[in-house]
Amino acid sequence: MKRKAKVFRPTVFAFPYLAVTLVFVIVPLLLILVYAFRGQDGNFSLENFRLIFCGDGVNDAKDFLVRPLLKTLGIAAVSTAICLLIAYPVAYVLSSQPFRKMTVIALLFVVPMWINFMLRIFALKSILDTLGMENGYWMAVIGMVYDFFPYMLLPIYTVLANMDKSYVEASRDLGANPVRTFCKVTLPLSLPGIISGISMMFMPIFSSYAITGTMGDNHTSVIGSEIYSAFHYYEYGHGAALSFVLLIIVLFVVWLGNFLTRRSQKAPKGGKA
Amino acid sequence: MDLLPAQLLRKEETKVKENKTIGAVTEAPAPQRKSDNIIEIKGITKVFDGVTVLDDLSLGIKRGQFVTLLGPSGCGKTTLLRLIAGFETPTSGEIYIEGAPITSIPPYKRPVNTVFQKYALFPHLNVFKNVAFGLKLKKIPDPTRKKGYRKLTKKEIADKINRALKLVGLDDYGHRDVNSLSGGQQQRVAIARAIVCEPKVLLLDEPLGALDLKLRKEMQLELKKMHEDLGITFIFVTHDQEEALTMSDVVVVMNEGIIQQVARPKSIYDEPKNAFVADFIGESNILSGVMEKDFKIAFLGKSLTCVDKGFEKNEKVDIVIRPEDIRISAGHGQGHFDGEVLTSVFKGTYYEMDVLASDYEFTVQSQTEYRSGEKVSLEIVPDSIHIMKKILTINKYIGKVTGENAVSFCGGEFEMPTDGFETGDEVLVYVPFDAVELTDYESDGVIGANVTQSLYKGTYYQVQVYTDTDEDFYIDTADEWDPDDRVGVKIDGAKVRLEKYDPDKDETEAAE
Repeated sequence: MKRKAKVFRPTVFAFPYLAVTLVFVIVPLLLILVYAFRGQDGNFSLENFRLIFCGDGVNDAKDFLVRPLLKTLGIAAVSTAICLLIAYPVAYVLSSQPFRKMTVIALLFVVPMWINFMLRIFALKSILDTLGMENGYWMAVIGMVYDFFPYMLLPIYTVLANMDKSYVEASRDLGANPVRTFCKVTLPLSLPGIISGISMMFMPIFSSYAITGTMGDNHTSVIGSEIYSAFHYYEYGHGAALSFVLLIIVLFVVWLGNFLTRRSQKAPKGGKA
Repeated sequence: MDLLPAQLLRKEETKVKENKTIGAVTEAPAPQRKSDNIIEIKGITKVFDGVTVLDDLSLGIKRGQFVTLLGPSGCGKTTLLRLIAGFETPTSGEIYIEGAPITSIPPYKRPVNTVFQKYALFPHLNVFKNVAFGLKLKKIPDPTRKKGYRKLTKKEIADKINRALKLVGLDDYGHRDVNSLSGGQQQRVAIARAIVCEPKVLLLDEPLGALDLKLRKEMQLELKKMHEDLGITFIFVTHDQEEALTMSDVVVVMNEGIIQQVARPKSIYDEPKNAFVADFIGESNILSGVMEKDFKIAFLGKSLTCVDKGFEKNEKVDIVIRPEDIRISAGHGQGHFDGEVLTSVFKGTYYEMDVLASDYEFTVQSQTEYRSGEKVSLEIVPDSIHIMKKILTINKYIGKVTGENAVSFCGGEFEMPTDGFETGDEVLVYVPFDAVELTDYESDGVIGANVTQSLYKGTYYQVQVYTDTDEDFYIDTADEWDPDDRVGVKIDGAKVRLEKYDPDKDETEAAE
């Protein structure tokens, strides 16, 4: 049997993207790694990490990593929670009759995503200014909630809209009233959408600094702003080390999210009543 | 004290009953009398977005029976089941379970449980928890409690679940993830989940549709056995006529939102009430004929003896002849019809042949094979000819577009919109019964006709007229018309529907 000399593989279509990834993702990531582990003399050193985790004698370590990190966690958690509480009922209503067929309405909630991000933030800020609100923690939270609302809404809406109606019917058929049906069937089955919404909002907030920069004050300095200012003042090693730590945290949270999703979909709890 | 007037009332009623003569049997039974119908459906109509899915449907279902709702897709059988389950509310009418109206009761308070078409097992719960779902919510009467009821204990729940799983043959599957089960196993879990709640009526919505043939046959027998063991009423929806005939005590054949026939499986097959039922249940030859007189039926140019009577003289009827009832023999001149075999297919235990005789293609089944092209005789014995009243829903004619907004048929030229058709096109003309108007003087109508009969249909008369071109018109009208009167016929063109006429395809239809 003669072998065919050349086999055309559809994988060649992925090569352009591979090239882009290599140049703009892999290489920068490696650069971060290099800068993070390089001392001021240019040799390998853990100096940057020592600064982050132990301080430099003048500033406490808390100021470098822990405090911004906790602030970031706090503001991300609060905004995400508020966003979830607002988005879920909206998604629920939009996915139910008689809105189900009117995808246009669902689209209306997404349209703001098509407007420039900074433009939206400044517009919201001027509105809040007019209402007499001052820059600060809550203004930043409002900014986050406003900005990330579609990212929270869409995954939940998609899961709810595609959910087989017969699950709800089966629950009601078996004697569960509407409240119980929601708690025992609809909510658990929409968990993948909720987790996906949370990760789509929580992650970006972690590294964002534009909203807190525009709408917050110096008490709302998040880790993203720290990194920004480090690079701004040419402290490449410091910035890279912070980025590296942030990356590890984000990767862990993503893994956790995936793990929970898989668990909720596949493995139900034990067989005892 | 409160009881007294009620007692008096009841006494009075029995008196009234006693006074009645035997002739009053047709009167509706007194409401207090307990009927053995567990479900009573009365005048249910359901309209979805302007489409009538169920049309003034009434049906009684006896306690403990296995009842099948059978019909083609879109006939309203699933809608009827969902109305009983409570997932839909009727546009009008009422459903009673054990005498109590239920249409305003939400599904979670109804004493029925459903096995869904795609099982609808909760994917986030394992088998045990799926089956436990309804039991955990169940309240059982307990006079020792303040509320008068209590919930089941964990042990009671576990016992019931194990019994239910055993019944469906899934003893050790409690801990299993429902997604890891095969279709047949999921089906069993769905049944266990429904029957464990001990419903008064079990509703099954095409539950075997997703299973392969072998498994389906097994499940049919198992369901039948379960029904016997449990003794509760089953209402089973299917479009598979064989399934319906195998499993049911009573089959309800439905089409277009209307019940066509309610009967035992054998009667449905042997004595179909109309052409639809005959066509839907099993293979059959359906022909048009004329009832010449009692026990005499004319079709395909022959006059044959049959066993039916009680039709009008020369009434047009539908005739059903089952393929296995036709006796086929070699050579011409042996039976009623001479023909030629067109095709012959072996079906495992018999041969199925298409035989062309008197311009009609008979389907014939026989143990003996006659090859394609062979000359044969067909004999049709009297008791294999089933005669049914014709049901007409619309007048249908073949016409010709004779100009803009003018169509000629039945010997007259009628005005109606002809958008999309050209002059000279042959068309099928559909004239609804209420689109026709009769006039006292022939000259006021487009064509003249003779009144054949007027039938009172409760709120209106259905009048039949006979045109000079040998066509019949059926008219729904408020007035009674005297037979043999000469009248004029007018048509409201706006209500008429036109369709392209294809002589090859529509030949048999138009001939009716």
